[in-house]
Amino acid sequence: MSSATTLKGFKRDGRIVIVGASLAGLRAAEALRDEGFTGSLTMIGDELGEPYDRPPLSKQVLTGWVPAEGTTLPRRRDIDAEWLLGVPADHLDLATNHVRLADGRRIPFDRMLISTGVRARPWFVEAEAALDGVFVVRTREDADGLRRAMAAGPSRVLVIGAGFTGSEIASICRERGIPVTVAELAPAPLVGGLGAMIGEVAADMQRAHGVDLRCGVKVTRLEGDAQGRFRRAHFSDGSTVDADVAVVALGGIRNTEWLRDSGLAVGVWGVACDSGCRAFDVNGLVTDDIFVAGDVARCPNPIYEYRFISLEHWANAVEQAEIAAHNMVSTQADRWPHLSIPTFWSIQFGVNIKSVGVPTYADEVVVTQGSVPDHRFVAAYGYQGRVTAAVSFNNAKWLDHYRQLIETAAPFPPSCPTPDQPADAKPVPVDFPGPTLLAQGATVVVTGHDPGERRVTAMRQHR
Amino acid sequence: MTTTETPDILPRILDYSSRADPYPLYAELRRTPVALQENGSYVISTYRELTGVLHDPRLSSDVRNLSRPMPGAADRAAPAFINLDPPEHDRLRRMAMRHFGPPHTPGLVAGMEGELTAVVSGLIDDFADRERIDIVDDFAYPFPVTVICHLLGVPREDESRFHVWVNHIIDAINYNPSTDPQEKLTNGMQATQDLRQYLGGLLDQRHGRPGDDLLTRLANDDGPEGRMTDDEIVSTANLLLIAGHETTVNLITNGMLTLLRHPEVLQRLRTEPDLVVPLVEELLRYEPPVHIIPWRAAYSDITVADTVIPQGSQIMLMLASGSRDPARFDDPDRFDPDRQDNQHLGFGSGIHLCFGGPLARLETQIALNALARRLNRPSLIADPPPYRPSPVLRGPIHLHIEQS
Repeated sequence: MSSATTLKGFKRDGRIVIVGASLAGLRAAEALRDEGFTGSLTMIGDELGEPYDRPPLSKQVLTGWVPAEGTTLPRRRDIDAEWLLGVPADHLDLATNHVRLADGRRIPFDRMLISTGVRARPWFVEAEAALDGVFVVRTREDADGLRRAMAAGPSRVLVIGAGFTGSEIASICRERGIPVTVAELAPAPLVGGLGAMIGEVAADMQRAHGVDLRCGVKVTRLEGDAQGRFRRAHFSDGSTVDADVAVVALGGIRNTEWLRDSGLAVGVWGVACDSGCRAFDVNGLVTDDIFVAGDVARCPNPIYEYRFISLEHWANAVEQAEIAAHNMVSTQADRWPHLSIPTFWSIQFGVNIKSVGVPTYADEVVVTQGSVPDHRFVAAYGYQGRVTAAVSFNNAKWLDHYRQLIETAAPFPPSCPTPDQPADAKPVPVDFPGPTLLAQGATVVVTGHDPGERRVTAMRQHR
Repeated sequence: MTTTETPDILPRILDYSSRADPYPLYAELRRTPVALQENGSYVISTYRELTGVLHDPRLSSDVRNLSRPMPGAADRAAPAFINLDPPEHDRLRRMAMRHFGPPHTPGLVAGMEGELTAVVSGLIDDFADRERIDIVDDFAYPFPVTVICHLLGVPREDESRFHVWVNHIIDAINYNPSTDPQEKLTNGMQATQDLRQYLGGLLDQRHGRPGDDLLTRLANDDGPEGRMTDDEIVSTANLLLIAGHETTVNLITNGMLTLLRHPEVLQRLRTEPDLVVPLVEELLRYEPPVHIIPWRAAYSDITVADTVIPQGSQIMLMLASGSRDPARFDDPDRFDPDRQDNQHLGFGSGIHLCFGGPLARLETQIALNALARRLNRPSLIADPPPYRPSPVLRGPIHLHIEQS
C-alpha cells in the first residue's frame, strides 16, 4: 500500500480490524473516522459491553461515588463500527491477513491495530486465588465485586503489592474506615515506579493514615476456611494476618499470548513496534499493515536513547492510539512519530500524585520545590546530568515546566532558585530495586548463515 | 527569536487611541517574542513563550522580588494570593477555594444557575421594550456585581460607594510614573485603603454569626488549616470583589459586541443555545476581558526564547496577544465559535489560573443566551463603541444598541 492512489482507495473502502476494544482501541477508531477513513471498521473485544474507563475502578468506584457501570467512556464521535464483543481473538494469520476468534470465526482485514492491553496478574496459586474474598482489580466486574466486599464491613483488607493500584485501594479502605494491611516485597510503596526517596514519602503517608504497612515481606499463602472463604494470609517472615478480603495488586500481564505464533515480535514485554506504531516482525523488521497502541505496545522513545518502553498510562494509550490511527491511513511521508512525554496520575491518601517523563530512566532525584514533610513538592529525576522526569505531590500545575525541561534535555539538577525552596535540595541516588526488566529468558533463536537467510524463530514462553 | 528594543510598540498599545483595536499592534509585537523595553522590563507576547513562563516556577507574582520597587509597593497592605508565590499563595487560594469549588464545595457554581438566570431575566425585563439600551450600564455591569455581592455577602446597596473605589484601583493597576499624573497612583492607593476598611467593617460583623456567604464562611472557617487572619480575609474579599465585577462585565460586553459584528452567529445562537459553551471559550480567546498581566518578576534568571531575563526584572505578559498567535491558532483573527483545540489564555494558565473562571463562564453563557433570545433585531449604534481607559482590563465603557 505504497502509492497514493492505493491509499486513497484503502481510505475509501478498505477494511480495518481493531483487536482490543478498550481506551486505545476506541480512541483509535474515532481518530480513524476523523482522518476520513470510510471503509469497514471492526472492533473485537473479549469483554462484553461498551468500552469503559479504568482509572476510576481503583478510586471512585470503590468509594461508591461512581457506580461501576457509570464508567463508560464518553464517545467523541460516531464510529460506525461492527462490534464483535465477548469473544477474544486467539490467532493472527499474517499470510492471509485474518484474525481468528476463539469461537473459530475468521475476520479478514487490510490493516489491523493491536490494542489488547494488559490483564491483572492473578495470585500464583490457583486454588487460593479462587477463595471467596480474593480479588484483582482490572475490570468493572472486579471493581464492583470489591466494592461490595468493602461495603459488607470486612474486619480487615489485605492488599498484596504497594504499587499505584494497591496503594490507591489501601487509601480507599482507610477513607471508608476499614482496617488495612499492605504487604510489599520492596522496601517501600511505589518504589518500583518512583524510587526509594519517594517510596519513603509514600510509606509515611500510608502509616500516617493508619495503614498496617509491611515492607520487605512476601505473602506466601492465602488460607481459606471450610466454606472456601479467605481468612488468613501467611508471610515470608513467619507472621500471619487475619482478614476477610485480599486484593492482589501485583501488576499486569500483557495480552500477547494470542500472537505467539503470529510472526510478530511479541513477548511478556508486549508487542514491539516503531515510534510510528508499526509492529515489528520476529526478525525485527517493520511491518506495513499491523499497528500497535496502548498498554501492550513496546515502542522506542528517541528522548530516552531510543530504548523500547512500554507504558501502562491512560494518556499514553490515547496519544499512541491517535498516532497509530493517523499512520494507518497516511503515506510513509506523512507519518507521525509518537513522541509525547509520558504522564500519569494517582490519587491516594488525599494527595494528587502526578508525573511527567519516565522516572525509572534516572540515576538521581532531587526535590526542587515545596516541602516533603508537608507532602506538597516537586522532585526532578536526572540521568547522567539531564532532566528525564519529574513527580509532583499536590503540585501538579508545575509539571508543564518540567515537561519542557525534559523536551529540551535541560541540565540536571535544575539549578535556578525558585520561590518555595525545599529545605534540602541535594540530589540523591534514585535507587530502584534492581533493573526493572531483567532478562526474562530468551524469546528467540537465530538460524541460517548467509545474510539473506538469517532469520529468528520465536521460542515458546513458559509462563 | 532575539531580543531587540521595540521602543514604540508597547507605548502605542497602552495609549488610549489603540483601545478599540490593539490586535494589529500585538501582531507587530509578536515579531519579538521577548522584547526588552527602555525601562528594563520585558514584554512577552507569543503563545509558546507565554505558556512557558506561566508554568515556570521562577516567575514570581510577588512585587517584593522586583529589583526596582513598584511605585507605591511599600505602602501596600497584605497582598492577596494573586500577588503571592507558593507556599503562601497555595495556602490562601486553597483556603478560599474550600468555600467556592471542588473538592470541598463542588456544586456551588452549578447550583447558582437558577439565581443567575433570575437576575438576568429581571434586568432584561426592565429594558426589554426600550428601543435604546446600554448593554454595559443596563446589564453587563449590574449583573455580575449583583452576583459577586451576593456570593461575598456585600450589601448590594453599597455598590455606589465601592464602585468609585474600584474604578480608582483599576486605573492605578497600569500606573506609569513617566506618563501618568501622580494623582492616579495616590487615588488608587487611597481607594484600596477605603475598600479594605469597608470590607473590614463588614467582616467584623460576621465573626461568630451563621451565614452562607463567603465572608461569613471565611470568618468562621474551621478547616484543617485553620482560619485566615482578618487581614488575609480582607485581602481575599478585596480581590474577589474587584475581579468579580471588573472582568465579567467586559466579557459579556465584548461578547455582545462580537455577536453584533457577526449577525450570523447571533442568529445561530437563537436556535442553538448549546453553541454558547464553545462560543464563550472563543470569546475568551478572541476578545478576552483581561489583556495583560502588567507585571511579574524574575525570581532568578529565566531564559525564554534564547533571551536571558535577569533576576529582579519586571515581566509583562501579553495574554490577549498570545491568544491571537498564528503559530498556535489557525486563522487567529477570525471569530469561530466552532473552533476546536481552543486552549486560550483568557483565564491565564498555571497556578494563578483565574479563580473565578467557572463562575465567569456560567454568567456569560447565561447572559449571552438570554440577550440573543430576548433582544429584537438588535444593532450597534456606534462601532467601535467608546472604551474604558484600561489597556489591562479592556472593554467598552458603554455599548449602545437599538432594537425594534
